[in-house]
Amino acid sequence: MKIIVLLKRVPDTEAKILINQEGTGIRKDGVKFVINTYDEYGIEEGLKLKEKLGGDSKVTVFCLGPEESTEVIRTALAMGADDAVHICDPALESPAPFTTSAVLAKAIKDEGFDIIFCGKQGIDDDTAQVQGGIAEALGIPQVNIASSFELSEDGSRALIGRRIEGGNEKIESALPVIVTCDKGINEPRYASLPGIMKAKKKEIRTRTLADLGFDEMPAAGRSKILKWLPLPKGGECRMVEAEEVSDAVKELARLLREEAKII
Amino acid sequence: MQLRLSEEERMIQKTIRDFARKDLAAVADQANLDAVFQDEIYRKLGELGFMGVTVPEEYGGVDLGTFCLTLALEEISMVCPATAIAVSVHNELANSIVLRYGSDAVKNKFLPAMASGRSIGVYAITETEAGSDVSAIRMSAVREGDEYILNGNKIFISTGDKAGVIIVVARTNADDRTGGLTAFLVEPNFPGFSIGKTEHKMGMKASTTVELVFEDCRVPAGNVLGSPGMGMKIALGALDGGRIGIASQALGIAQGAMDSAVLFARERSQFGQRIIDFQGTKWKIADMAVKLDAARLLVYRAARMKDAGEQCSKEASMAKLYATRIANEIAYESMQIHGGVGYTEEFRIERLFRDARVTEIYEGTSEIQRLVIAKKVIEEYEQAYPS
Ligand SMILES: Cc1cc2nc3c(=O)[nH]c(=O)nc-3n(C[C@H](O)[C@H](O)[C@H](O)COP(=O)(O)OP(=O)(O)OC[C@H]3O[C@@H](n4cnc5c(N)ncnc54)[C@H](O)[C@@H]3O)c2cc1C
Ligand SMILES: Cc1cc2nc3c(=O)[nH]c(=O)nc-3n(C[C@H](O)[C@H](O)[C@H](O)COP(=O)(O)OP(=O)(O)OC[C@H]3O[C@@H](n4cnc5c(N)ncnc54)[C@H](O)[C@@H]3O)c2cc1C
Repeated sequence: MKIIVLLKRVPDTEAKILINQEGTGIRKDGVKFVINTYDEYGIEEGLKLKEKLGGDSKVTVFCLGPEESTEVIRTALAMGADDAVHICDPALESPAPFTTSAVLAKAIKDEGFDIIFCGKQGIDDDTAQVQGGIAEALGIPQVNIASSFELSEDGSRALIGRRIEGGNEKIESALPVIVTCDKGINEPRYASLPGIMKAKKKEIRTRTLADLGFDEMPAAGRSKILKWLPLPKGGECRMVEAEEVSDAVKELARLLREEAKII
Repeated sequence: MQLRLSEEERMIQKTIRDFARKDLAAVADQANLDAVFQDEIYRKLGELGFMGVTVPEEYGGVDLGTFCLTLALEEISMVCPATAIAVSVHNELANSIVLRYGSDAVKNKFLPAMASGRSIGVYAITETEAGSDVSAIRMSAVREGDEYILNGNKIFISTGDKAGVIIVVARTNADDRTGGLTAFLVEPNFPGFSIGKTEHKMGMKASTTVELVFEDCRVPAGNVLGSPGMGMKIALGALDGGRIGIASQALGIAQGAMDSAVLFARERSQFGQRIIDFQGTKWKIADMAVKLDAARLLVYRAARMKDAGEQCSKEASMAKLYATRIANEIAYESMQIHGGVGYTEEFRIERLFRDARVTEIYEGTSEIQRLVIAKKVIEEYEQAYPS
């Protein structure tokens, strides 16, 4: 089985995020980058499936990102993935989700695939759009926010659990399918020292837009980030105090109308 | 000297950091309150490769260097310094002595289990009358046919009760104080071997410290490490690595203490402002940061030199002397910044403060480090300015 896992390189959750001066992105100096947390669940699910199936099953990592992404790719290889495709092109400096999906879909199609695992969203932009875009471009079903995964006994269908308000949902899907993983679906393994040593010898194939047969950026212009802005600073908290609750409410209403001018 | 971490080193650091902050942190407080050794943690560390860091791949290790171990000990010690003791002793002393001085038969028999963490190696030198002065070892080893018969006690042996492999130095020649010592590999199931009393310590409680008793304990002659008479050389030779290990442990304690001080000072307010905004607190933080950086530079230098195969006794002793001193200083100031709560078991600093103390005592006291450093420095002057 050809198992594909998607991996995004994102700023560490502990990193302090600042907008750059031009307002075109975040400041990257001093920021540590890691594998998108949710993608770790995808990698683990892919590895578990491979271990279960044995034989010539193979886990291939796909990552679209800058040159420095090799570090997170190697980490996935150290966890146990077999090889990787790194899509790296100066034109893809900060691609819109549509572009990312189109490019990844093409690369995955070229590689061949039976199933795709990834995180339910990137913890940086939180758009959760790339997965849907890939499913659309490949014409395959997509099941989101999976909390469990297994193959049917004959191996022809995917059985996916989802936590929903007040219960669990079981979904059966044809293959290939793209499954986006939620926290709790598994406990991602650590990259062990032997794994890190082995990863050095595993292959990372680099692909540019041209390698993938794109003459120009796909889906360019369908969405565009105009400007990045820092969150407005939170205002001071003011406590309204009064003997009677009713007086406090009146005072609050007055403040909202006369000072804050919002009602 | 390479100060920045390579991509591989950053990956290693990330693995051990995640492990320490998740798996180890989940059990560390309780383990130290109850003074119980965490077998499960060592099993997992073994699986991840951290019990065979410097062992070649042919024996099941990962053949990475002392620097990698430094990164690991630092991260482990930020969370639980007691756990770092067995990791350091096992890798830097037991594994490296077996690798360097064991016969092929001994290496093939013991190293794979040691490198995977299934068998923990310990290092037994100290006796009642032989602490800093290794040449005062009395425990006797008498050859009888294909065996040596060992008699005597070792005290203060870290993890002695959990050992699969015990490196013991005993006296084979009563007339030669330093040349009459021999190193042996002892297994705990050898007849005549038993565990004596357990020490009740101030800190490092999740690491057991026990007495080892040898009563006509029979050791096959094939288990001699190196050759008879090499005991002193073997025992002291391994200490360069061991000292870098303890220096790394101290570095982790210092970092952990500094982290909690700053995070606490940011949250705590008195007199209408955060205590981090008092100038008195700022000065403490500045001093801590400088000491920590200076210690890290010394430790990383020693580790890099060791990995490059350079002679590094002086640098290892400098790293240990300084890192263990500042670990105590930083833990002291960190507790001070915490105020009353820092003195309670609720806060990790209480444990780090107690754990820091022994780093200035074991694997060569600070006084012994100074002797080593002074000897080397004076030799260097003798060479540069012959009298
Ligand atoms: C928690 C713990 C774990 C340990 N684990 C192990 C272990 O796994 N294996 C093992 O073999 N041992 C172990 N030890 C023993 C440790 O290595 C010794 O305690 C240490 O070497 C010091 O020896 P000592 O306690 O006999 O002190 P002493 O050697 O009696 O020293 C007492 C004091 O005299 C000073 N002193 C001694 N000689 C000189 C000198 N020449 N010049 C100036 N000052 C001097 C010392 O610096 C010290 O301040 C452990 C100890 C502890 C506390
Ligand atoms: C074992 C024990 C027994 C105790 N028994 C009693 C008792 O019987 N009765 C009782 O009432 N209390 C008792 N206490 C509480 C004790 O008096 C307080 O812990 C102590 O006053 C410090 O206050 P704090 O812990 O809130 O620290 P904080 O006041 O929060 O101080 C934290 C840190 O900030 C520093 N700091 C605070 N203000 C300033 C400033 N203006 N400038 C510079 N630095 C500053 C402090 O010096 C300290 O380093 C006890 C505490 C302990 C640990």
